[in-house]
Amino acid sequence: MKNKFLLILIFCFFLKPGISYSLVEIDITRGNLDPLPISVSPFFTDEISEEKIKKNLDIDNLGLEISKVIENNLSKTGLFDTLDKESFLQKPDIAHLKPRFEDWTLIKSQVLITGKVTSKIINEKDYIKIEFKLWDVLGAKMVDGFSLTTVPTNWRRVGHKISDKVYERLTGESGYFDTRIIYVAEEGPKTQRVKKLAIMDQDGFNTKYLTLGNELVLTPRFNPTNQMVTYLSYFRNMPRVYLLNIETGKQEVVGDFPGMTFAPRFSPDGKKIIMSLAKDGNSEIWVRNLETNIQEKLTDHPSIDTSPSYSPDGKYITFNSDRSGYQQIYVMRSDGSKVKRISFGKGIYGTPVWSPRGDLIAFTKLHKGKFFIGVMRTDGTGERLLTENFYQEAPSWSPNGRIIIFYRETKTDDKGQGFSAKLWSIDLTGYNERLVLTETDASDPSWSSLLGN
Amino acid sequence: MNLSKILKNAFLIAMFGLIVTACATKKSVKTTTESSTTTKAAETQKADPIEKLDALMQGDVYIGSDTVGELASGVPDRVFFATNETILTTASRETLRKQAAWLRQNSDVTVVVEGHADERGTREYNLALGERRANAAKDYLMTYGVSSDRIKVLSYGKERPVDSGSNPLSWSKNRRSVTVKAN
Repeated sequence: MKNKFLLILIFCFFLKPGISYSLVEIDITRGNLDPLPISVSPFFTDEISEEKIKKNLDIDNLGLEISKVIENNLSKTGLFDTLDKESFLQKPDIAHLKPRFEDWTLIKSQVLITGKVTSKIINEKDYIKIEFKLWDVLGAKMVDGFSLTTVPTNWRRVGHKISDKVYERLTGESGYFDTRIIYVAEEGPKTQRVKKLAIMDQDGFNTKYLTLGNELVLTPRFNPTNQMVTYLSYFRNMPRVYLLNIETGKQEVVGDFPGMTFAPRFSPDGKKIIMSLAKDGNSEIWVRNLETNIQEKLTDHPSIDTSPSYSPDGKYITFNSDRSGYQQIYVMRSDGSKVKRISFGKGIYGTPVWSPRGDLIAFTKLHKGKFFIGVMRTDGTGERLLTENFYQEAPSWSPNGRIIIFYRETKTDDKGQGFSAKLWSIDLTGYNERLVLTETDASDPSWSSLLGN
Repeated sequence: MNLSKILKNAFLIAMFGLIVTACATKKSVKTTTESSTTTKAAETQKADPIEKLDALMQGDVYIGSDTVGELASGVPDRVFFATNETILTTASRETLRKQAAWLRQNSDVTVVVEGHADERGTREYNLALGERRANAAKDYLMTYGVSSDRIKVLSYGKERPVDSGSNPLSWSKNRRSVTVKAN
């Protein structure tokens, strides 16, 4: 069902977006900064609406829950200090109408978010209308806000959309909260891992398992333009790249290749898949056009060529090759011409992934028995290592190019016990490293684009 | 000092005592396990660890027999590789010649050569490396008279380790290609 994923926007009007210059602004390019004190007031819900919502969702105080979604999103950025609701002096309904700014200044809040939830009936179906306002406490004025109506089950997404609006307004960058992460859920002993495709909201909620675990699945990646996913499946012991529609559950093999295909990724326009084909001991990079079904070989070298990733303009491809003797990062034109090595630091390099902003390439590096996640410019200069550990790899960018998500595995003890695989995220600045909570062990994360409407 | 305060203090002291005892008990238990492992370690050390490791690894290629199964009686099923390498060692070639001889005698048997890597590499590169290792073994079998249509290759990369340890010896056991009967 399309509706399941699409937010039904009945209307969405902006309550006088602040044209005037806002006093509060955050510079997120700085690594270490004082987080901005922000208050998220529980969203006000009248009694009649509360009763109806309770019937639909089995949630006692939806207004409070929505405010917690926003609070959680903002505090995890490391850019905001979300103030304790216990300290709030003003009631949610009055604050939403017109805050008494002195009350919020008193608790040292610089920004205030208020809101209101009302239940509505349209064509005999229940909907919720959610209003939100963003207030500049020091400037004593409203700076942004909107209102939207949707089916009740979409309430968390509304919280994410509000978070995106606040983030955009205060940092000047686009948000990344109304997004999802696809990953590989892992269970069982290290020698017999059972792996399933799983998808969840960016904040770890609404986890769904997309495969049953009967066959090994690896490296799922989102199509940046829609809800399609490409991944590697060992269905019938034939490792091949597959295409999965996560709305319909329909799966199909991509192309007709005479060997193992792996390491798939979409082109930025979502119309092509680049991947590796391994045959007779040699891996080359191929591209397949999903519209014309034409497939083409891009590299031609007896070494291993794998982990391809397009630049956001689609003109270049970065990939991993051991043609120099060890794994290094290369860039070529998207037709396979002008191959150039860009990594020259100490150690070996893998999994290059082009930033959605176009200016950086994230990678995994192995040096002196440690694994690093780092970034470099697309010509290989400016290498910066963000995090070091026993084992970690597979960076994937947030859609705004500010955060990298990856997976990390632990070292086992003398008896081979204590293995785990978890998702982690880190800011491009190298600060704010965080465990991403998942229901099971997890690996191979891929971050979706903003979901849109 | 009033009564409630005295009581409170007495309570605190009692609690403190409990915590200290708890800690002490825990510690003593821990010491026992530690000392037992130390004894074990000491025993292993007496058996000369260098000689032991030498008997299991040459360079960083595994040469022991732990985890090695049989394709047929007297025919080992697997060969091992050095880190990032696909070159067959002398011992590997001997094993593969035995496999080839057996396969020539049993011409109705088809096999899958599974290629594996250790956990110290990125997933995608290791899939390619596993394929390269499996093909190194397949090519050698073909040189010794096994026709290519009887041999399928399947790379598992680092997905199916036989040893879950995070140490050089475990990794050496996992860098392997295994010949498995397919029919």
